Amino acid sequence: MGEGFFSRGFFGRPRRHDERLPPGQYLEDGFPVLSAGPTPRTPLEEWDFSVVGELDEPKRWTWEEFRQLPSEEVTRDIHCVTKWSKFDTRWEGVSVDTLIEGADTAAEYVTAFCDGGYTTNLPLEDVTDGKAWVAYVYDGEPLEPVHGGPARLLVPHLYFWKSAKWVRGLQLTTYDIPGFWESLGYHNHADPWREQRYRGD
Amino acid sequence: MAVQLYRTLWRIGEVLDVMPETPRTKSLVLEVPGWEGHKAGQHVDVRLTAPDGYQAQRSYSIASAPEDERLVLTVDCLEDGEVSPYLTEVLMVGDKLELRGPIGGYFTWEVKDDGPLLLVAGGSGVVPLMAMIRHRAAVGSDVPARLLYSSRSYEEIIYRKELEALAAQAGSLEVIHTLTRFMPEDWSGYDRRIDAEMLAEVAWSPNESPLAFVCGPTPLVEAVGTALVGLGHEPARVKTERFGATGG
Repeated sequence: MGEGFFSRGFFGRPRRHDERLPPGQYLEDGFPVLSAGPTPRTPLEEWDFSVVGELDEPKRWTWEEFRQLPSEEVTRDIHCVTKWSKFDTRWEGVSVDTLIEGADTAAEYVTAFCDGGYTTNLPLEDVTDGKAWVAYVYDGEPLEPVHGGPARLLVPHLYFWKSAKWVRGLQLTTYDIPGFWESLGYHNHADPWREQRYRGD
Repeated sequence: MAVQLYRTLWRIGEVLDVMPETPRTKSLVLEVPGWEGHKAGQHVDVRLTAPDGYQAQRSYSIASAPEDERLVLTVDCLEDGEVSPYLTEVLMVGDKLELRGPIGGYFTWEVKDDGPLLLVAGGSGVVPLMAMIRHRAAVGSDVPARLLYSSRSYEEIIYRKELEALAAQAGSLEVIHTLTRFMPEDWSGYDRRIDAEMLAEVAWSPNESPLAFVCGPTPLVEAVGTALVGLGHEPARVKTERFGATGG
């Protein structure tokens, strides 16, 4: 439905024709906040990050150890399923490649788990080969709690709910386990360029 | 895995009525052929299409109860918005509006979810909570319910008369307003932003394990979420939804 439909009296903003803007998105200068519950505040001395599940030896880092891992600075466009996109966001964090380096695994999927109980699922190939990070610096400053600090997953090529806030670890699995929003009608894969917002898109 | 059971289809609704709620807010009453119902708290995506094919999409909360015959959206006009000024200033009775939904399965309440039900709203954040209030009233539920509602001024209280009428009924909803900018001279209610002290007075004690729904701008949602957890409420019993100044 919708073919040939026009909204009477709607002309829209001046066209940007921006090739960096996925379909149905608009450009946002601010950094809107979305979350399903209260912002968790885990003290850094209690924080750790682990990689568990389908691998020969589970991994775990304290905050101090995590900050010693080699980090990368990346600048990426981000796209939220609520329609806003933000260009050239600057992050610093540890590549997921670094976190699973040397692991012997038959896993094909990963579930990110977080303080507050949030989870999101991704194919392993969507978080490896330089496509995902665990970020703890945004725009040159420590990542604020409302934006997922002390650390969040950053998977900029997918809708931003996949970039789980307050992430505490990755569970490697041989099968796909739908996460929080993925179980509530949102798309399992979430590619903004194919406008995969909701189940069946 | 990842079986896609159904699609959320775009549908074309007809505008049956446009009702001013406050100087900045209007309710759109829609007839949507094929609409399959919703849960209180869910939203829809609205898509506008210009003559040259340009489209703009935004999300709006559903204000009507699942039991209501018509779908109602209440839209706050954002000054620099692209979609909300069209919906509140241009759209008129008889126009068509393209939308799809319902969307969102977490920030929802049904009578069987029980309570006590603690609703905390800022500005147009009251809209999805109103769907819960209307649902509760439509089915005659006696689940205890309180709405703590922060508005800038008395004139900007959305659904004020309907809330008054519901609160006047026996054994029902309690409504507590706070005004943050402008108060009528004889105002005797709260006159500040929602804080921990106010929540300690208004919310049930954590022992009574209320189910809280908080919706509004990010500073309000952050303050309320943090305060409720600080008062001892279980974080998993506090559900949040935010309306930022996101250009809507």
